[in-house]
Amino acid sequence: MFRYVVELDDFKSFFDVLKEKGYEVIGPTVRDNAIIYERLGSFNELPIGITDEQERSAYRLKKRNDKALFGYALSPYSWKRYLFPPSIKLFEITKKDGIKIIENDYDGKKLAFIGVRACEIHAIYIQDKVFLDGKFIDPVYKKRRDNIFIFAVNCITASNTCFCVSMNTGPKVTFGYDLALTEVIEPNHYFIIDVGSKLGEEILKNVRHREANNDEIKKAEEVVNNTAKSMKRSIDTSDIKELLYSNYESEYWNDVAKRCLSCTNCTMVCPTCFCNNVEDVTDLKGESSERWRVWDSCFTNEFTYIHGNTIRSSTAAKYRHWITHKLATWIDQFGSSGCVGCGRCITWCPVGIDITEEIRALRSKR
Amino acid sequence: MNNPYIPTIFSIRKVIREIYNTVTIEIEGEERFLPGQFNMLYVFGVGEVPISISGDPTKPTIIHTIRDVGHVTHAITNLRKGDSIGVRGPFGNPWPINDYEGYDIVVIAGGLGLAPLRPLIYYLLANREKYGRIILRYGVKDPASFLYKRELMRWRGRFDLDLEVIVSKADERWKGKVGIVTSLFSTMDIDPSYTAAFICGPEIMMHFSARELLNLKIDASNIFISMERNMKCALGLCGHCQFGKEFICKDGPVFNYKRVERLLTIKEV
Repeated sequence: MFRYVVELDDFKSFFDVLKEKGYEVIGPTVRDNAIIYERLGSFNELPIGITDEQERSAYRLKKRNDKALFGYALSPYSWKRYLFPPSIKLFEITKKDGIKIIENDYDGKKLAFIGVRACEIHAIYIQDKVFLDGKFIDPVYKKRRDNIFIFAVNCITASNTCFCVSMNTGPKVTFGYDLALTEVIEPNHYFIIDVGSKLGEEILKNVRHREANNDEIKKAEEVVNNTAKSMKRSIDTSDIKELLYSNYESEYWNDVAKRCLSCTNCTMVCPTCFCNNVEDVTDLKGESSERWRVWDSCFTNEFTYIHGNTIRSSTAAKYRHWITHKLATWIDQFGSSGCVGCGRCITWCPVGIDITEEIRALRSKR
Repeated sequence: MNNPYIPTIFSIRKVIREIYNTVTIEIEGEERFLPGQFNMLYVFGVGEVPISISGDPTKPTIIHTIRDVGHVTHAITNLRKGDSIGVRGPFGNPWPINDYEGYDIVVIAGGLGLAPLRPLIYYLLANREKYGRIILRYGVKDPASFLYKRELMRWRGRFDLDLEVIVSKADERWKGKVGIVTSLFSTMDIDPSYTAAFICGPEIMMHFSARELLNLKIDASNIFISMERNMKCALGLCGHCQFGKEFICKDGPVFNYKRVERLLTIKEV
């Protein structure tokens, strides 16, 4: 397979080409001291020369010494918000002139995601399994998923909370992209581009590029390999299902519960968490009502409420459910782990609970 | 593509007050279902809840028995003839009754748990020649809590159905048995190696009933229970109804006892 080089100046034209093809471009940009994935008007809105420092309960943006476009690790946002929106109207029902249901068309705009990391591609494919591969297909997700363009990025930096190497999900992009890039900054700033689909090929055709030479490819490989080597955290996934299945009754969960606030942050930032709730909103006259689907979390009491009783009311049971689902029952339900090693739950936990350390602790208490 | 989130709106044909906090509603419209399956019932502007189907599977009716225990079920129990209700379904795995032709059949119900078992009983009686003994044991908390009382009396009049009931708390007028449902198991005349059991009631009652049946030498693989959990979609997409690796909505609600035996002994799963 050929790999190509696009120079920094030419990279800008991807935005125009994608827009010409009818895509709205979603990519990383700095907002409120964080890099988030938002609609981008132009190349200039990318986080040029910005990186992120992440640790347990810590996230800071810093200036880099270069003009890297993708020189950060990972946004607190994940792409799921565009495929599985935080809130969406399922339908509207009115009884003005006889009872009638008005369906929502679920807004399947053509979206181009720029800057999708390897772990995030895994996360998208994991959610595909949930929403598209079961007996029932989620019409919201389907409509959106059918219309996205994925421009992936090989990571040139890992944050301190990343552990994708141990989850076998990165940092190198291996599938699921239309185009993938590796950013090389020194000595010259250029991008190595890999084509992953016909659509990707078509887009690249309209951007100035040339075949990459061996040195350029080697350089790009080196950058990604170094990212992998620099990763500090890991989960030992051997027999992980058995580890969690045999520890339902462990005292250990009470230990986590002393720290966990049941705040739901880990489930909100997790790129694979898919639980959702529905809310009914009625107008003041009581003539029409809307049914909305919203993100939900297994850390709330309402989540398992059933006639007068919450099934999982203790924090110990909630955390046990979350981590057991993520790393064990998910495998039985959907054929893969529900964790991609992105580390968001570690960064954004307000009390610094670290999934990699919790698993290590559980193993040592066995 | 069919949108699985959209309910079909029907009007209510009939409301029967079963007991003080429980009604049976008959909904206009036809639905083919299997005993043990459930529907999602939607009340305008209020919400949606999973409710087992309690009608006769040999007739295309939509019948549900609902207890007033939350704000949606409260709204449903207040609906009257002619009011609208949304229906999505049927969902879930049924009681695997076809696998047990020629067997003795034991049906154990606790309280409202008789509702999802009633379609099974209708089916068994409609296909009476295909099964051995049919035994129904029904326990409720007090004499005012029997569902389908007239029907129970009619079934008790049959020579081809062995039905006993029990209350856990009697009043002065009650002349029947007092105790828990498992105390009615000793009178079951069955061939345990050719017996299948179908249980529905509170989790703790199902758990102890199943254990008692194991003591009677009924094989765990021939014992089935019906579970319930909070449920928003019934499609396997909302995540609420998870019970270990099981989704109650699509892997259940009817489960082989062996499959969930261990989880039933663990708190807050």
